[in-house]
Amino acid sequence: MSREPYLLPNGRVLRYTFRERLVHWLAGVSYVYLLLTGLAFWSPWLFWIAVVLGSPTISRAFHPWIGIVFLIAVCLMYSMWAAQMGETSADKAWWQAIGHYIRNEDRQVPSADRFNPGQKLLFWGFFWNAIVLLLSGLILWFPQSIPWNLRFLHLAAVLIHPISTLLTIALFIIHVYMGTAMERGAFGSVIRGDVSRAWADTHHHSWYQQLLRDSARK
Amino acid sequence: MSQASTEIIRISAHAGPVPGAGIDREFQVCKLVDTTTCIGCKACEVACLEWNGYPFSETTFANTYQTMPETTWNYWNLIKFNEHERADGSLMLLMRKDQCMHCEDPGCLAACPADGAIVQYANGIVDFQEAHCIGCGYCISGCPFNIPRFSPAARKVFKCTLCNDRVSQGLEPACIKACPTGCLHFGTKTEMKELAETRAQQLRDQSGFPDAGVYDPAGVSGTHVIYVLHDAKNPEAYGGLPKDPHIPWAVQLWKKPLKWIGNLGIIAGVVGVFVHYLRFGPKVVREDELRSHGEIK
Ligand code: HEM
Ligand code: SF4
Ligand code: SF4
Repeated sequence: MSREPYLLPNGRVLRYTFRERLVHWLAGVSYVYLLLTGLAFWSPWLFWIAVVLGSPTISRAFHPWIGIVFLIAVCLMYSMWAAQMGETSADKAWWQAIGHYIRNEDRQVPSADRFNPGQKLLFWGFFWNAIVLLLSGLILWFPQSIPWNLRFLHLAAVLIHPISTLLTIALFIIHVYMGTAMERGAFGSVIRGDVSRAWADTHHHSWYQQLLRDSARK
Repeated sequence: MSQASTEIIRISAHAGPVPGAGIDREFQVCKLVDTTTCIGCKACEVACLEWNGYPFSETTFANTYQTMPETTWNYWNLIKFNEHERADGSLMLLMRKDQCMHCEDPGCLAACPADGAIVQYANGIVDFQEAHCIGCGYCISGCPFNIPRFSPAARKVFKCTLCNDRVSQGLEPACIKACPTGCLHFGTKTEMKELAETRAQQLRDQSGFPDAGVYDPAGVSGTHVIYVLHDAKNPEAYGGLPKDPHIPWAVQLWKKPLKWIGNLGIIAGVVGVFVHYLRFGPKVVREDELRSHGEIK
């Protein structure tokens, strides 16, 4: 981590590298496509989405393939971030101060590392649900090749796939809200990649400190 | 329904009763399959192919009299053949015409996500509209009778239509027309039910089948294809006819409670973050207030 120039010459801090941003948006765009086409088949009131996105038949045909793309993006994310998403002893105190975090009393929130415990929950929530969605999705993909006496598999997938989707929707709503409206500066970090020093200092204090220590050592 | 305006129920200044008043027109159709008089000639299989314009399929010989193991997307009607040993050791050859049952409460329709891909007509026929089918195969798990068949080429599902095209023109289904023994009948549900019960009674009283009965399963609110069976207590013996078919509970759970809980949850989530914004607003970082003022702690 320290090999990359995280403290930029223009006085800002690099939060996400180009590769990280690219993978994030590969996951984001494929997820949104899956969500829209999936919701079209979930509720008759949303069936029009499938019509808008080409046709219901096209949506049905592409959904599983885009699911594969989404899974590749999630695996790339895992390889980039899993090491930084591990639970630490400081996480408990952060969760105990979650009320302060929600009320925007950021001074009273224990300092966070590169990813705060809420982001870790988001990451692992998406990771495990992506695997569940893949496994149940594979069964939904080829219903005709499931023998009659194994059809409980398809019936289970028909329940598990949307339940898992609903869990990701809960995470997704909070994630999008925080990334766009709530946490000013966060959206720029996944677009341009950088944040201000004050932002890094406020929201990811431990991480910022580490960056300063690393650059001082060099 | 369309005939309603040709049926007269009151006539002004008319002496005597109104002709035709009180006639009860039943729209519900039904096919009766009497397994006890089926000889397994398979004329119905051929008639089905001919009427629906499908080619003859290769028959597969698997040490049984059956044409093939299961119906296929372009072979909707199959005589299922089973050897059955009775309690007294005697052997019975059970033949059952297998096809869509046209359930009053169709599981295929309950499971289907595509607008208009499956319809149920007022006469009870359940019909797939392939133009609207997206080929997801949900209907395959929704059906308790293992009927819908996926065509890999068309990527859509197919099944028996109860010859909806013929029935709507006042004709009986093609299979009925072909049957040489009279084991197939077609008419209103009430008539067919009566005929079936009469036949079952006859089998019980005169033919030594004390368990003979009619198969019109209540779990799917009855079907528009009903069977007379020698042994109504053991429908499974007739090539896997389910004893108590019903729409799988997973489909019911998924299409009703789960859907509503999920939809309410999504709406609550969106409203929740909006209210949060109104109450607490954004997290704005003040550039002049660094926790560490840029120093290394
Ligand atoms: C990871 C690989 C995935 C595969 C192979 C896959 C495959 C499928 C298939 C075959 C279906 C059934 C037919 C259809 O409606 O298109 C389906 C339905 C659905 N999928 Fe996926 N999917 C995957 C990922 C996802 C993801 C990430 C989401 C969430 C955004 C999602 C949301 C849905 C929803 C909501 C439905 C409709 C479920 C219902 O009607 O109950 N899928 N999926
Ligand atoms: S395969 Fe076609 S008919 Fe069957 S559930 Fe899917 S859309 Fe409906
Ligand atoms: S037998 Fe199966 S395919 Fe036919 S109406 Fe009933 S549920 Fe639908």
